[in-house]
Amino acid sequence: MSEKTLTRMDLAEAVHAEVGLSRNDSAELVESVLTHISDALVQNETVKISSFGTFSVREKAARVGRNPKTGEEVPISPRRVLTFRPSHLMKDRIAAGNKG
Amino acid sequence: MIRSELIQKIADENPHLYQRDVEKIVNTVFDTITEAMAAGHRVELRGFGAFSVKKRDARTGRNPRTGESVDVEEKHVPFFKTGKLLRDRLNDE
Repeated sequence: MSEKTLTRMDLAEAVHAEVGLSRNDSAELVESVLTHISDALVQNETVKISSFGTFSVREKAARVGRNPKTGEEVPISPRRVLTFRPSHLMKDRIAAGNKG
Repeated sequence: MIRSELIQKIADENPHLYQRDVEKIVNTVFDTITEAMAAGHRVELRGFGAFSVKKRDARTGRNPRTGESVDVEEKHVPFFKTGKLLRDRLNDE
């Protein structure tokens, strides 16, 4: 498995190559996609992208945690966490692509 | 929100673009992420999150109905870790 990391720039480059917009406009549109997804999630909306996956927000109850270093008990406040559930198509493609 | 609603929001903000180009843009973003992971790469989108591939070792599983052992092959699964900025925004920080 080759360890390469893609960033926003690579997504913008793909948009530029695919649609022919300038690199600047492509970068702004990539950002816009991420912003709309984030904003919906912050509003507690589930974001379901067919054949990609589902982003959803889960509420976690307050609990008592422990500082692993000192053993001290610390209260952990209730919080909202984001989970991503990949679609079957994505799971199949990742499994097939990384086989052997 | 579903894919078509996301496309509509971006189309509304960009009246100079054809709807089909907006569709292409949104689809390219998701397809590029999936293709990268299929090739074993990581996609890191600072502030939003990172998509990566995790390896699950081969194991001996059990058919829960019959109790029979079955060999489960090693496999790779997609994984998403939320970025710090988004995590903080979800908790109004």
